[in-house]
Amino acid sequence: MHKQSTIQGHAAALRIANFDTDQVMPKQFLRGIDKSGLAAGLFYDLRFDENGKPKPDFFLNKPTYTSTDVLIAGPNYGCGSSREHAVWGMQQFGFKAVIASSFAEIFYSNAMGNGLLLIVLSEDQVQSLMKEADDEGAPIPIDIDIENLTVRTQQHEFKFTMSARHHRMFLEGLDVIGLTLKYKSQIDSFAQSHWEKQPWVKDVARKTVDRLTA
Amino acid sequence: MSSKTLYQKLVDSHTVVKLDEENVLLFCDLHLMNEYTSPQAFAGLNEKDRGVLIPGQNVSVVSHIIPTHNEAPRRIADPASSLQASNLKKNCVKHNIPLFDTDDALQGIEHVVSPEHGMVRPGMVIICGDSHTTTYGALGALGFGIGTSEVEHVLATQTLVYRLAKNMRIQINGVLPVGTTSKDMILNIISQIGAKGAIGYVVEFCGSALEDLSTEARFTLCNMAVEAGARGALIAPDKTAIDYVLARSPDIVGEIKDRALAHWAGLYSDKDALFEKEYAFDATDMAPFVTWGTSPDQAIAINASIPTKDSIKDPVDRLSLEQALKYTKLADGQALEGTPIEHVFIGSCTNGRIEDLRNVVAVIGNRKVAAGVRAMVVPGSGAVKAQAEREGIADKLIAAGFEWRKPGCSMCLAMNDDVLTSGTRCASTTNRNFEGRQGRGAITHLMSPAMAAAAAVTGKITDVRKLQGTENA
Repeated sequence: MHKQSTIQGHAAALRIANFDTDQVMPKQFLRGIDKSGLAAGLFYDLRFDENGKPKPDFFLNKPTYTSTDVLIAGPNYGCGSSREHAVWGMQQFGFKAVIASSFAEIFYSNAMGNGLLLIVLSEDQVQSLMKEADDEGAPIPIDIDIENLTVRTQQHEFKFTMSARHHRMFLEGLDVIGLTLKYKSQIDSFAQSHWEKQPWVKDVARKTVDRLTA
Repeated sequence: MSSKTLYQKLVDSHTVVKLDEENVLLFCDLHLMNEYTSPQAFAGLNEKDRGVLIPGQNVSVVSHIIPTHNEAPRRIADPASSLQASNLKKNCVKHNIPLFDTDDALQGIEHVVSPEHGMVRPGMVIICGDSHTTTYGALGALGFGIGTSEVEHVLATQTLVYRLAKNMRIQINGVLPVGTTSKDMILNIISQIGAKGAIGYVVEFCGSALEDLSTEARFTLCNMAVEAGARGALIAPDKTAIDYVLARSPDIVGEIKDRALAHWAGLYSDKDALFEKEYAFDATDMAPFVTWGTSPDQAIAINASIPTKDSIKDPVDRLSLEQALKYTKLADGQALEGTPIEHVFIGSCTNGRIEDLRNVVAVIGNRKVAAGVRAMVVPGSGAVKAQAEREGIADKLIAAGFEWRKPGCSMCLAMNDDVLTSGTRCASTTNRNFEGRQGRGAITHLMSPAMAAAAAVTGKITDVRKLQGTENA
């Protein structure tokens, strides 16, 4: 993950609650074995009609909104399927951050792990940002200071929080697996003592499949 | 020693290192993989020249993209999906990970396959790149879904950097009335606590209503806890759960069995353990539940009406109702009962098990699928399929006009070629009624297998209780 300490962007509102990852990245875009080509699938049913033509009314299709890279979204954004393709697609499309009053948890982990910043504000604060953006009729300039955990628009300034670990990941850019592998000797000794206590879980997958195929 | 919840006991017994106040390095006993959320994880390992730390704790199943047509050998016609399956096999062979491949007789949905063969045992931590991993709470195992980056992390380290959740207890007392199932119970609960009601929590279900539920019914309950936002769901393992596991675990015998039973006997929340949030429900009042909208919490009892716009004060919720009804082509205040359907789908990790299929044939009796309705049954696994065929369930379904298909995730998420066309209204035993989930523009009504059977034979959303006892009507 690359380091990020500030995001200067342009924010627009998507007023849909419980916006699920099926809608962020529909099924037909999940057939790859790599991460490429996902920008084409982002918000597909909202952006394109049944013949694949752009829907002129959807804000991201309007010329005035092409600079949008921060989304102000409804509560429980990213609910449903665990597909990380939703996060990769948002980033490939150009999104840097999403602001909402709540996020589904798997989506939250996926996004923060990839450096797509998720900012949790109160629903009232989200609504005031949405109003500012809607009144403007164009994406509003937004400054996100990740180091000091503040988000600022022309009309509003809000503080937000995130876990110390995620904060460090953004500011320092960490290889999480590399860090965990530093604990390899602890993992090995944990596994040995775990299996001594519960021998029936050791190699449970391999032993079961061997039994079934014997 | 301070009192602990079952959840805290499971986390403590799997903590390798406490990383900080909020995060631990959590050891994972079983990691399940499928063909579409794992390829980029294996690619990530290869890029960094990393291996799989403990292959025997991992297993893969081709589940999501596989067509369910009745052909042998099974074939994946779509080239991209076929590549996902062959790529999974290549990765599993390379890293010595056991695999239920496309044409394996025991292939199926990962959450049906792994418990039915005894891979899920009380007290385990189980993760999968699939949100419905919460299913395993039914056996007292902590299961939860992860993303592909975390799949890579588990492959390389057999652990996860795990953010601790809060504790929620949902107590359900009473006895479910005739005509209702654990599917109605969970839809009812989600409708009351909301699609985000359990964000941040692992939910422990308890109460007298659970005592009467079979393990399969409990799978349904825990499976859908994620639709309320839960990070995990648990039921303290009792005799029902332990009998289920022992019947499928021939290796747990003798001294090992004594030790296992002693260990599992400690898997409960201590009397004074703290739950940050608690709910209580009475199963006695529950009716068959059906969704009317595009979020699993937009559900009502079959004899109730869709909420009116005016009854909803919160502007965000009111907008959601308007958006949902526009999509589902229904009006606020109207009843769901009697709404014509064109399609019925019975299957999925929520309701694709043998008891679900028994419930379906019990409802249909001698009736036939209504004219103009296409009704599909997709068993959750090869083992479920074989058992249903042995029991005569398949013959009854076929005679009634249902399509009897091969196992997979199928039309739950429509990643294979089981996709509905726009405007088609479907009575579905699955877990998500999201916009476009079963096909662009398709309308999904979530319900129990018994209710889906009633819809199949009447051609409309029907209160199954009105059919029961009138088998030859």
